[in-house]
Amino acid sequence: MKDFMMLFHSEPNPDFNPTPEQIQAEVKAWQDWMESIDAQGKLKNPGEALGFEGKIMHSDGAITDGPYAEVKEIVGGFIIVCSETIQDAIKLAKGCPALENGGKVEVRDIMNFDGM
Amino acid sequence: MIDDTRLIEIFKTEYSKLIAVLCQYYGVAEVQLAEDIVSETFLKAMKMWAHKGVPDMPAAWLRKVAVNSLKDYYKRSKIYKEKILFNLELKTDSFQPGEISNDIVEDSQLKMIFVVCNLKISDKAKICLALRILCGFNINEIAKALLSNNEAINKILYRAKKKISEDGILNTTLKLENYNQGYDTVLRIIYLLFNEGYYSSIREHNVREEICWEALRLTLLLSKIQVEQQTASYALVALISFHSSRIHARMNGSNEDLLFNDQDRSKWNMPLIEKGKKYLSLASNGRVISKYHLEAAIAFWHTTDNQKKWDNILQLYNKLLIIEYSPIVALNRIYVLSKTNSVNEAIKEANKLKLDGNNHYYCLLAELHKINGNNQMERKYLREALKFTIKEREKNLINKKLEIASR
Repeated sequence: MKDFMMLFHSEPNPDFNPTPEQIQAEVKAWQDWMESIDAQGKLKNPGEALGFEGKIMHSDGAITDGPYAEVKEIVGGFIIVCSETIQDAIKLAKGCPALENGGKVEVRDIMNFDGM
Repeated sequence: MIDDTRLIEIFKTEYSKLIAVLCQYYGVAEVQLAEDIVSETFLKAMKMWAHKGVPDMPAAWLRKVAVNSLKDYYKRSKIYKEKILFNLELKTDSFQPGEISNDIVEDSQLKMIFVVCNLKISDKAKICLALRILCGFNINEIAKALLSNNEAINKILYRAKKKISEDGILNTTLKLENYNQGYDTVLRIIYLLFNEGYYSSIREHNVREEICWEALRLTLLLSKIQVEQQTASYALVALISFHSSRIHARMNGSNEDLLFNDQDRSKWNMPLIEKGKKYLSLASNGRVISKYHLEAAIAFWHTTDNQKKWDNILQLYNKLLIIEYSPIVALNRIYVLSKTNSVNEAIKEANKLKLDGNNHYYCLLAELHKINGNNQMERKYLREALKFTIKEREKNLINKKLEIASR
């Protein structure tokens, strides 16, 4: 089994004003999806959610407000899953709520020091 | 794990609570800021809870994050460096983040009720603002409730909030004497709010019901203040309870309003009627008799089958007309007169009223003639009523009667 990181990309919308029903639905959708991975014993680490604040340091030392300023999509959070192959890992992304609103899920292998 | 309905409920109730507390903390003039911060807090909750699960105490989590966000905002803002810094430091001493107790929430909400109801804006704007800030309704729901559209509601709210800022009600430490002054207006606005929910012709039952429950909640909150008019708020609680007990009985299966006599009494909410009785007796301990006292007493008699019922109701309407004349009250009184005295007498009295152009007036005359078996006169007045009826739902009701009267 190898570890893979799933990164959730989405278009940022800090002005989104969700109704209580929308909030509940979103929370439930994510919880259900993550539980479905956990139920298969493949949720290695539930990861973190990333907020809306951000800054970027450039090579010339300049600091800009990010993450919205330069990119259309931001990473909103990540989890770590384990599976045999990257093909299996990307299959787990099916049904991820990030995909609902035109977002993307990026799957990357986590390099293993001992097994390299 | 907390269930879905409960979670939605928490977001709904915490919205108005948080806004009240934040405004209390930093000044009511900043109501827009408070709203922004609450929205931001909800957004954070959505992201965080989606990932980490719902915390054990969701409301406490929201309160803590909202207060922290507000502190962050002030740290970032330029105002912080200027004069607000002084005030901020003063206020944080007496208000520790993460410790928003229910007492603070209640106190803040009470103050917020007084601010909203006593602004120098129209009653409609007050009701809009109350639905948004005191009851946590979203724009869409308010537009539905007030039979308006989102754009118009947004405009009203924008102006109302601007008015709050202009009035610069920064100091919200209301004293007892302030409560005394604004109390009657607050009662009146909550009464109007309730009527809006109870009599509105929108089809969304849940919105109508929620307005009624919110009006009840606000009145109960208000009734805790010990002022001279406290018994009037007890009376309003009783009034709202008696009427609300019939909410479900008023609707038939096809979304139409049922008249009192056609209602299925087994659908009446008995615990609410009991609550009404309890508060009506509390209300009778005071020296003042408000119109809410009289209306609550009338509503009470309607829940009974007592022999003397109509005589009592007639007397109450007589008193009500003296306190505050209104055409609707006068019409209701005449209907009661047909019960206590005679239909002919009631028709005679009705003719004296001369409320030409009032559809309820024609409906009443039609009803009285119907009782007398005079179908021709009944149809005449029903057709007259139709001319002046705007609401679709009421038109349907009149047309149905006309159909029956024509058989």
